[in-house]
Amino acid sequence: MITIQGKGVSAGVAAGPIYFYQRAKSEIQRIAVTDVDAEWTRFKNAQAKAIEQLGALAEKARAEAGDEAALLFETHQMMAEDLDYEESIEEGIKGGTNAEAVITDVRDQFAEMFAQMDDSYMQARAADVKDVSNRIIGILSGAVQGGIDSDVPVILVADDLAPSETVQLDKSKILGFITEGGSGSSHTAILARTMGIPAIIGVGDQIKSEYAGREVIVDGGTGVAVLEADAETRAHLMRKQEEQRKLQEMLDQLKGKENVTKDGHSIRIYCNIGNPEDVHNVLKNDGGGIGLFRSEFLYLGCDDFPSEEFQFEAYKKVLSDMGGKEVVIRTLDIGADKQIGYFNLPNEENPAMGNRALRICLNRPEIFRTQLRALYRASAYGKLCIMFPMVASVWEVREAKKLCEQVKKELDAEGVAYSPDVQIGIMIETPAAAVISDRLAKEVDFFSCGTNDLTQYTLACDRQNNDLGRFFDAHHPAVLRLLKMVADNAHKNGIWVGICGELGADLQLTETFLSIGIDELSVSPRAVLPLRQKVRESNVAQVRERLVGDLMSDQISI
Amino acid sequence: MKSFDYVITDPVGIHARPAGILVKEIKNYVGSTVTVTKGEKSVNALKLMALMGMGIKQGDTVTVSVEGENEEEVAAKIEEFFKTYF
Repeated sequence: MITIQGKGVSAGVAAGPIYFYQRAKSEIQRIAVTDVDAEWTRFKNAQAKAIEQLGALAEKARAEAGDEAALLFETHQMMAEDLDYEESIEEGIKGGTNAEAVITDVRDQFAEMFAQMDDSYMQARAADVKDVSNRIIGILSGAVQGGIDSDVPVILVADDLAPSETVQLDKSKILGFITEGGSGSSHTAILARTMGIPAIIGVGDQIKSEYAGREVIVDGGTGVAVLEADAETRAHLMRKQEEQRKLQEMLDQLKGKENVTKDGHSIRIYCNIGNPEDVHNVLKNDGGGIGLFRSEFLYLGCDDFPSEEFQFEAYKKVLSDMGGKEVVIRTLDIGADKQIGYFNLPNEENPAMGNRALRICLNRPEIFRTQLRALYRASAYGKLCIMFPMVASVWEVREAKKLCEQVKKELDAEGVAYSPDVQIGIMIETPAAAVISDRLAKEVDFFSCGTNDLTQYTLACDRQNNDLGRFFDAHHPAVLRLLKMVADNAHKNGIWVGICGELGADLQLTETFLSIGIDELSVSPRAVLPLRQKVRESNVAQVRERLVGDLMSDQISI
Repeated sequence: MKSFDYVITDPVGIHARPAGILVKEIKNYVGSTVTVTKGEKSVNALKLMALMGMGIKQGDTVTVSVEGENEEEVAAKIEEFFKTYF
């Protein structure tokens, strides 16, 4: 029996074969070919495979979300077999160049044609040509779409996964995660919790490449992974899996019930999502709304700036799928740990404190404007709240709001409909914002506290650094006192306050949050029902005085 | 050759999906060549991206011509198609 110990960051037990994440090779070589007929056949085969893949994707999309959703893939299919496109590629290959390099050239040439058209719909098609071409190139170079090439679901092993990689993963193929590096607030961990599957991080070199394909049992609660489990260990873990299944059944009974404490105190429980498909998980777990839609994942999934139209469709889908429930969409939060090539951001010594999030948006208003236009247009389809990340000063909020007003004027002039009731809010994730929350509250309709960054900045502790473990204490009284201060300032000014960081789902703090008057907790979809259960068991009147007293006391109580 | 003029009424003009369906439709009429002309530019309507590349918008007038077998009949069907999709 081989036991691997890491840190469990998403509970659950799963068994399956170990599979190492396959990274796509990004460099395309330009090679002269002599057997041009064979090269042409290679292209034709890859083209046929791409058309087949796209057909399957279209069918899947149609079954899950209807004809409209299938449209994108059908368009891609038609582009892949377009006559001019094919002729251009044929010409290049017959000229003696390898297919990958020729497709790259033809891709850029067609993308350029669309990009130069004076119509935003047609400009957006440039991304489609690129996507189709990259798919064919991927097939030719043997790269794996979505990083997993397996017929059976697997336990996915990687050093760590970048946000753009987690977006592309074929989630139906993953039973659990093991990463060599990473931290509890890394994107792999967040994804695992959203999916409700086990994840273990920070196993280092304990996992060896020769383990590929061998069965492993992963316990995301204890952070243990076992190969060649003996009968006793196996029985123990399987029992645990069964218990969890029963627990889930019990939690399912809470669907449709209210989030109200024994003494009648209620709180809204919303969900954090990264893309429109996650709405399915929100509704399945009975989330009351969306408290954080991380819009940057739309950008991470593209290889160029997503167009207004593309974003509009995504926001519209989330708003209409949520059927009139509140949806908080956070504007672009890029930089720090989330880097995107096409933004061409300079390398920074200290990116967490660098050019990121709202700072980029205010410095490059043309990028921000596209997103705001898409958001306001989508607001006609549901109950939208727009939230700005990484605020430190009042002027930043005022400048961002001014851009919103400009966008609304433009839409008025164009006769485009939008909702007059869009709420504007900010993330409280810098200590500065918490400290001046009394002033900020006068500028906005709501606050949402991003506890991951708030903890990192308050404690001067890098959230990506695995070695800082015990110093990164999200229960630190400094963080909790800031949260109380923010809640008090929000309520004095008649606005609502939520928590959308990982801390929101921390059941040890639920009574504290209820006691300081947090109005909304936004958590991963799987955390909704356990949190509801905790709220329903709580009695705020009984604990408020003690919890708040302890928090604000100059004495340490334990 | 049989041709007809058509004024685009769809707000997005000749966009990807109907253009793709048009390509499929034309493939049914073996032996016919369908050409779409706007101003001085003409494209074979089988060429999806070239057709989209013409940037045909709402309010534009295009001339569609059909050459080959059963021109009359095919042109009538293509005209019907334009009325439905564009």
